[in-house]
Amino acid sequence: MELKPETLEKIDRLVPRYPVKRSAALPLCHLVQEDLGYLSDEAIEWIAERLELEPINIAEIVTFYPMLRREPTGEYHVRVCRTLPCALGGAYQTCRRLEEALNVKVGHTSEDGKVTLEFVECHADCGKAPVVMVGETEYTEVGLEAADSMAEKIKNGTL
Amino acid sequence: MEEQRLIFKHIDAPGYTHDIDCYLKHGGYEQLKKAVTMKPEDICAEVTASGVRGRGGAGFPAGVKWKFLDRKSGKPIYLICNADESEPGTFKDRQIIHKDPHQLIEGMLCSAFAIQAQLAFIYIRGEFFEGYRILEEAIEEARAKNLLGDNILGSGYSCDIIVHRGAGAYICGEETGLIESLEGNRANPRIKPPYFPAALGLYQCPTIVNNVETLCDVKHIIEMGGEAFSKIGTPGNTGTRIWCVSGHVQKPGYYEFPCAALTLGELIHDVCGGLQPGRKLKAVIPGGSSSKILRADERFKGKLKDGTEFDWGIEDIPMDFDSLAAVGSMSGSGGVIIMDDSTDMVEALANINYFYAHESCGQCTPCREGVPWMRKVTARMCAGEAREEDADLLNDIADQIAGRTICAFGEAAAWPVQSFIAKFKDEFVEKAKAQASRRKEGKPAATETTLI
Ligand SMILES: Cc1cc2nc3c(=O)[nH]c(=O)nc-3n(C[C@H](O)[C@H](O)[C@H](O)COP(=O)(O)O)c2cc1C
Ligand code: SF4
Ligand code: FES
Repeated sequence: MELKPETLEKIDRLVPRYPVKRSAALPLCHLVQEDLGYLSDEAIEWIAERLELEPINIAEIVTFYPMLRREPTGEYHVRVCRTLPCALGGAYQTCRRLEEALNVKVGHTSEDGKVTLEFVECHADCGKAPVVMVGETEYTEVGLEAADSMAEKIKNGTL
Repeated sequence: MEEQRLIFKHIDAPGYTHDIDCYLKHGGYEQLKKAVTMKPEDICAEVTASGVRGRGGAGFPAGVKWKFLDRKSGKPIYLICNADESEPGTFKDRQIIHKDPHQLIEGMLCSAFAIQAQLAFIYIRGEFFEGYRILEEAIEEARAKNLLGDNILGSGYSCDIIVHRGAGAYICGEETGLIESLEGNRANPRIKPPYFPAALGLYQCPTIVNNVETLCDVKHIIEMGGEAFSKIGTPGNTGTRIWCVSGHVQKPGYYEFPCAALTLGELIHDVCGGLQPGRKLKAVIPGGSSSKILRADERFKGKLKDGTEFDWGIEDIPMDFDSLAAVGSMSGSGGVIIMDDSTDMVEALANINYFYAHESCGQCTPCREGVPWMRKVTARMCAGEAREEDADLLNDIADQIAGRTICAFGEAAAWPVQSFIAKFKDEFVEKAKAQASRRKEGKPAATETTLI
């Protein structure tokens, strides 16, 4: 496992800011996941050692927080908000359209590894439903037409 | 109706940007300059006099909470800004973080000075990738101008702010779950008593947790004085509120008004452009998805705290803390979810149950077992296997959760079920009957769903 120098630098700056080292556990999980794409056993052990904790202390938070992943996502990570305000705005229809257009079932990664499609809970932008996130970018008011063009751009790699 | 913006004064204003120069040009950090020359206890007294109530959900008076702070323990005191904003239907803190981050930082520093905290945290939900970057940048801008960090403006007072990212768990919004999360653990809420944060919070030290909007209010309280702030709105319901309106209205969005300045009907029709043409109002969830649902054709009768009697239709309800509590719901986090007559209530509840079942932390048996059970029942109902007795079953399960758990998540998950059944039981029974008759005709019992 090799972390980028920028990641290591960020970690070294972050850890001493906390009064108690263990508080840096979640931030470190984020930083390592952003660098490597997911949290492998080795990554969990590395974080534990860096914070003078046991691997189980990290494993138990990795399994608790939905955004922390034990497996990589597809090249595009598409998260469709499905909570009530977005659902009232057509989120389920949007998701079905994305499933068809991208040929992947929600909750899965496409066979070619290109797209992971997931449902997520309220992203706190319910005034512009339906809300879809691709990677770290948020798209709002993603109706059926917008879903089609989003899928098209994902397929030809221009999103 | 014209909005009266206080917290959102500059938000979306043409040319207003989130950098410190723009903030300073608009009078930014003047209140911090003033605060550090005041006595901390005088700021606390202003906050108490303002009557400001927490904007995160429970509506607890901030000044009273600050008074509970254990100042004699000799341990460090911490301030935490709750920027987890994850109650479905709520989207106001996001705007402040993205578009006016220095207002929050100034509000926090004034508050931290008042409670004499030397370290403060912003616990921001993990999905706010951009908000996180904006806040980090804003903090460094403030540090460079000596508005944050060591010896702020030469006052001898020092305070740093750490932005701490969550990772997608709703329960981190509950303040003791948040504290556990900040300590590097699973966000399992703590039992109160003894773990009231003001006495035993972060690292077992006295800690104040306030919502983003509440902390912004503090800046304005210092600016205008607690007394003047308390004149906005009505007694007991002071200041402005940002109503986040979503669902079936023509112009969903965030709108700021003094408390009680408008009714729910005015909010829907005059502010949000009404419903889609040809549609009728069916129900409103007024304070985030865990608040109890109101039915459009109900009459709400009773007595307010001050003894005045009321007899309201849904559209007459004044938008403030006490009025929404008086009709059996709450203003909660300000997330107003509007549903028109196209909404299937069983599906809507199934959607809500899905959320809570996904988010239980699992510590308490009634919550861990009961909430997924309620979800299973409503999912089954939508899948064509509804039974006439399901409404009673759901209500039964909910009754066994509320009041029997470590944290208020139990209520948050039970209230939607209890109120949907109390108000729309007929639809739950009707669904079972309709499915039975379709089955008899040899047709598939389930119909296509849109909300689950
Ligand atoms: C299940 C649950 C979720 C909560 N989520 C949030 C939240 O996302 N944001 C928030 O500010 N408060 C939330 N709260 C309320 C906090 O526990 C706490 O009361 C609040 O942050 C205090 O700030 P205030 O007094 O300024 O409102 C939640 C409470 C519960 C029980
Ligand atoms: S009520 Fe639910 S969320 Fe709260 S502590 Fe118990 S199990 Fe966890
Ligand atoms: S419900 Fe989708 S952003 Fe809130």
